[in-house]
This record gives sequence, structure tokens and C-alpha cells, in this order.
Amino acid sequence: MGALLKEWVFTTDHKRVGILYLIGSIAAFLVAGLMAMLMRLEQSTVGLNIATSPDDYNVWLYFHGAAMILGFLIPGLTGFFANFLIPLQIGARDVAFPRLNSFSVWLFWAGIVVALLTFVIPDKPDVMWTGYPPYSVKTLGNTAFYVFTVHLIGFSSILASINFIVTIIYMRAPGMGWNQMNMFVWCTFGAFIIQLVFVPVLAAAVTMLLFDKYLGTNFFNPAQGGDVLLYQNLFWFYSHPAVYVIFLPAVGILFDVIAAMGKNRVFNYKAAVYGGVFGIVLITGEVWVHHLYVAGMPDWLRIGQMVTTLLISVPVGLLVISLWGSLYRAAITFNTAMMYAAACLFLLLVGGLTGIPLAMTVLTVNLSETAFVHAHFHFVMALFAAFAMFAGVYFWFPKMTGRLADGPLATITFWMNLIGVNITFWPLFIIGFRGMPRRYYDYAMFPEFQPYHQVATVGALITGTAMALMVINWIWAAAKGKKAENGNPWRAKSLEWTHADCPAGPGNFPGPDPKLDADWTPYNYAK
Amino acid sequence: MTKTLKNALLGFVLAGLPGLAWAAPAATKKNDYAIDPAVGWDHLWNELLIDIMVIGVVFGIAAIYMLIKYRATSPDQVGSGPKFSNAQAWAWALIPAAIFMADDFFLSAKGWTLWNVYRRVPDNALEVKLMARQWQWEFDYGQGVVTNELTVPVGRPVVLRMTAEDVIHSFFMPGYRVKEDVMPGRVTYIWFLPNKPGKVVALCTEFCGTAHADMFTDVIAVPEAEFNAWLASKAKKADASPVPANRNS
Repeated sequence: MGALLKEWVFTTDHKRVGILYLIGSIAAFLVAGLMAMLMRLEQSTVGLNIATSPDDYNVWLYFHGAAMILGFLIPGLTGFFANFLIPLQIGARDVAFPRLNSFSVWLFWAGIVVALLTFVIPDKPDVMWTGYPPYSVKTLGNTAFYVFTVHLIGFSSILASINFIVTIIYMRAPGMGWNQMNMFVWCTFGAFIIQLVFVPVLAAAVTMLLFDKYLGTNFFNPAQGGDVLLYQNLFWFYSHPAVYVIFLPAVGILFDVIAAMGKNRVFNYKAAVYGGVFGIVLITGEVWVHHLYVAGMPDWLRIGQMVTTLLISVPVGLLVISLWGSLYRAAITFNTAMMYAAACLFLLLVGGLTGIPLAMTVLTVNLSETAFVHAHFHFVMALFAAFAMFAGVYFWFPKMTGRLADGPLATITFWMNLIGVNITFWPLFIIGFRGMPRRYYDYAMFPEFQPYHQVATVGALITGTAMALMVINWIWAAAKGKKAENGNPWRAKSLEWTHADCPAGPGNFPGPDPKLDADWTPYNYAK
Repeated sequence: MTKTLKNALLGFVLAGLPGLAWAAPAATKKNDYAIDPAVGWDHLWNELLIDIMVIGVVFGIAAIYMLIKYRATSPDQVGSGPKFSNAQAWAWALIPAAIFMADDFFLSAKGWTLWNVYRRVPDNALEVKLMARQWQWEFDYGQGVVTNELTVPVGRPVVLRMTAEDVIHSFFMPGYRVKEDVMPGRVTYIWFLPNKPGKVVALCTEFCGTAHADMFTDVIAVPEAEFNAWLASKAKKADASPVPANRNS
């Protein structure tokens, strides 16, 4: 046992590093998911229910947001999926800097531990995942733990970005041109560029917060010449791009799952890559003000960034056209992965289209900080990305474990998940539109919304049960599931399926290094 | 790519621009508050709802149709998605991009026009100063009149000049479709038009600590004569006592 533990902790194998990311992010997901259940129960009736004080609710809310985004979505997608898949898909035997990779996952785990300490320390952080000053400076809660969590996970992200950008540029198999890469590799490449450019800004912002609170500086203190809006600008200059750090790899997973299960080429590949992925990379840094539409920014900035924010529909639209187009004249086989992928298309439509009113400055003056926003970003970021991740886990499960996770329990939990999340979040659109704010433990001013909250709570409990069963199913399947007969149960064409075993062993490819022809692509089913 | 195609696409992109060109003069027009911003808001929302529902239904039906229609009939079947020539690939990128862009510019123009209504305070507006603190709103009408509820006259625009003592708050009146953050070190403003007598709720929508969810109050619209009488009686009381009565609720 000790030897096994040592082997895993000190591993430099990208697949094992990836699985360490997966375990950490699922742990964060389960604890943060539990917080979501507690919050929904708290809101099931007007008044204080299961919390002993509103501060309890605020701590749950802080942990739910911070852990889901920083501990689950980002590390799950750019930690687990990128690590596990990129070397396999580009035909490399490992990443460019394996020991740096190992260090990244240690930092991530340290970040998870610091985040989990929230529940142990007496002065629990309650600053929300956004940590806005002056509240985060004035609160008696422990803002330092928030800052250190961001530092550790952020540093881990920066190292991973460098590692994977170098890996993708220099370590592709001989013969693999830029236009022969998997969509997942392209999308993740875009995400890592975004991370490399923007994470340092977040690190700077939270460091200033730390200095203001503990060292007596006054960056955000207007009484001493500071400015409270500076933080919000820096924070969202990173954190809106962070949405695409989550969105892009999730889209990449969808492309690969849909193309493989539909045995079809990606529709207009180059438009999706150079228009879609790089369009997002290009625009992502010019739209953060839509998070500050009601923060008192100058009017010209609010209008200018309304236009840039709406223009995101162009690259996203190109990705959508390619995703939808890849279904056209496909030959689809539905497994659990493909069911999740199909559900993602629907989640993307709901979440994406409800983002359009929120891109418009003048509509946001009524909608911002309401349950409408809450429902919008859960659909487009949380649910869309999470469902894409589940699709990916089911799809590449044989590559990780040599076994399949499909089965009756997988199908049942899929439907429970899909139905549960819709029951949870549609009522929130309605009451949000009518004025229900987010981040409220109580809604004494809107007693008429109680039935909506109760429906949402029922949906959350269905989803929570399904998620727990799903994770149990994964653990069971990893040990006892049906064995994948060969290295390629889905008969896919990309390198991780055609050239590697199930599960993929050390060094990835049992034979000689993969060499590719000029007409090879990961999607050449029809030739 | 042929020249004809290029010209056609250029035309498509340019088709979106008149929308913006139409909004620019609108930005310079003087606001005579012929529109109640809240009414304008509802109107724009309804238009937008049609826009996104059409897109949603079209793409939703297309996805469901293809997911059902293009199921494999045998395990050996492979897809036969189109392989594009260069010109087709460009067309499939630029035509959708131009259509999306045209919609974006159209919505930008609409949004900008209403935004101008929201930001131009009418000249005859009643000015009230708002101070926010954990966890209380305080409205200052001048003449020493300070309250924790906002009372306003029907039919006259009201502008709130807002700031905060401690942390960031946000003053939100769902009934008047307006909110803006309230923070220390800056003065922000909103204006609205109370159009009928009655009460709406105002609440805090920027997380401000323990009692954030309890930081709500009433906005009461009363006929103008009643409002003037109310203000006069409050002012008289304020004269009698030098410290505002509501400071310590």
C-alpha cells in the first residue's frame, strides 16, 4: 500500500497525474455539491431553516462557488482531461515537462486542502468566490484562505499552461500537421493561452486584497485614495476569460465524442478552429465589463463592451454550427457518453441564449445579480461543462481503466441528472426575472416565490442523488465493470484509440512511435 | 474564392452596420423622457425574447431531428458529412458570422437607444440622496428630512444620488426595472418614473455580509400633493429636533 501510494504521489506519468486531478476535482465536486443541497434546503421555505445563522449560508455559498469553479471545473477540464488526453491524442509519450506536471498536481491538491480547511477553522471565509472588497477586507472571516486557494490553484494553472502549450507545439507525432489535430487539443490549446495570459492578473488582484487586509495597504480603500472598482476590473479581467477556460475544453470533448460516436468528420473544421476557438481567444479579454454593467463604470465603456460581448456570438456561433453540422449525415450510436453529449447541445442553447439579454447593458440593469443570472451561468458554464465532462469520463473510461462504465445505472443517472437540473433551474429563470436576487439565504420580501424555490429544491435533490450514484457507478465500474474487449471499443479513429491499449500503459504506445500520413485525420471515417 | 462571393459576403457584413449608424444619432438626441424607462425595458425584453426563442427553437429542432434521423443502422456504417471546397468552407464560416453579426449590431443599437433614456436624468427630477450601510438604506431629501423608506411623488421623475459608508451594496427596484451599485468613494445615480400610486420593494443585490438578504425596504409612490404635504410635515419635525430621528434603527 505504501509503495503504491508513493508510486502515485511521485508519478510523472501524464495519465496518472491526470487521474490525480480527476480524483481531486471529484472530491471538490462532491463537497461543493453537498453545499448546493444545503443551500437549496435552506431556501425551501421563507425564514431561517437548516442554517443556524445567515453566516452558515454565506460560507456554503462561498465554498460552493469557489470549489466548483477553481476546484472542479477548471482542474477537471484543464487538469484531468488535458493531462490524460493531449499526449495520447497528439501521439506523444508524455508531456514536455513531466516533473513540472507532477508539481502542478501537488499544488492543485494543496489548494484543495486549503479550500477544505474552510470547514475546520473558526473564522470561515465568507467572501463569495468573487471576494469583492471592501467587504472581503472588512469581514471577520478568513479572507487569507480564499487568497491562498486562488494562489495555489492559479500557480498550478500557469505551470500547466506552459507545459501543454509547449507539448502541443513541439511534441506532435511526425506527420501531424496543425489541421490534423483533435478538436479537443485545439480547444484546450486556446484555453491554455487564455490561462497563461489572464491568471497572473487574478493572482495580482487577490494579492492586493491580502495586502489590504493584513498589511494595511490601501489599494481598495477609498478613504486613503484607493478605489473599490479596481479589484472588480482586475478580477473579471481574468474571470470572464476563465469562463472560456471552462467552455472551450468542454466544447472540445463534445466534438470528439460526437465525431467518434457519429463516425463523422467535424463539420467545417477550419472555421471551428480558426474562427471559433481563436475568435474566442481574441475577444475574451475585451468583454469583462459586462460583469460590471451596474457597478458605476463610465457609460462609453458599458456600451462599448456591450458590442464586444454580443460579438462573442460570432465565434461561439461558428462552434455551434460545426457541432450541429457534425450531426448532419452522421451514423450515430448512442452510448452514455453520446447521451450526455446530446444533452449538452440543449444545455448550451438554453445557457447561451439567456446570455444575450445579459450582454445588453440596459437589460442587465434589471437582471443582474438575480436568480436569472444564477440560472443562466449554471446552464452554460456549470451544467454544460459538467455534462461534457461526464460525457468525456464515460467515453474515455476504458482508456483509463480498461473497463466500461456504461450500464443501467449510468443510463438511469443520466436521465435523473438531465431532468433534475431542468427542474432546478427553470423556476429560477422565472423568479429571477421577477426580481428574486441571488446569494440570498431568505426571501421575506417575496413570499410568493416559495413554491418556485420548492420545485427547485426537489430538482436539486434528484440531481444530487443522481450525481452521487453516478460517482459510485464509476468507482464500481473501475473495479468490476465490463472489460473493454480491445483497445478501441467505440471504433474511433483518433490516436488514443488506434495506437494505445485499454487501459493505456506506461509510454502510451506499445508499438513504435506513431507516424502519420498526410491525409490522416482523427475523423477520417468516410475517407 | 470568387469575386462574386466576396462581394456578396461583404454586403452581408455591411447589412448589419446601418443598425449601429441608426443608433449613433439617437445617442445625441435630448431625452424628453417621452418613454418611461421601465416601459421601454419591458418592450425591449419582449423583442429580445422573440429573437432568442426563434434561434433556440430552430437549433433545438434541428438537433433533435438530426439526433433521431442520423442514427446508425449497422455498426459498420460511417457518416458521410460534407467535405468542403475552400469556397464552401469560407461561405459556411462567413455567412453565419455575418448573420450573427447583423443580429448583434441590431441588438446593440436597440440597447444603446434605451440605455440613453436610462442615463439622461430629466431636468425636473426630484433629487434624493441615498446612503447605504450594513444593513440599512437611508434617504435624504434635504431640509433635514431623512428616512429609511423611499417616498416619491407619482408622475415626477426621481433621481437617486447614491453612495455607501462601508462596503458595496446595490440598490435594486424590480418594480422600476433598475439597479446600480452603491459603494464607498463614488457617487452613482439612477432615475425612474413612478407612474402609479403604490408600493414596490427595493433590495440590496451586492453581497454585503450577514444580513444582506434582510436589507430591503419599501418604495412608496403617492400623489404629488400628498407627497408635498408629507415632505413639509417631515421638514417641520426635522427643524424641531437637530438629529435625524431614523439614524439608529
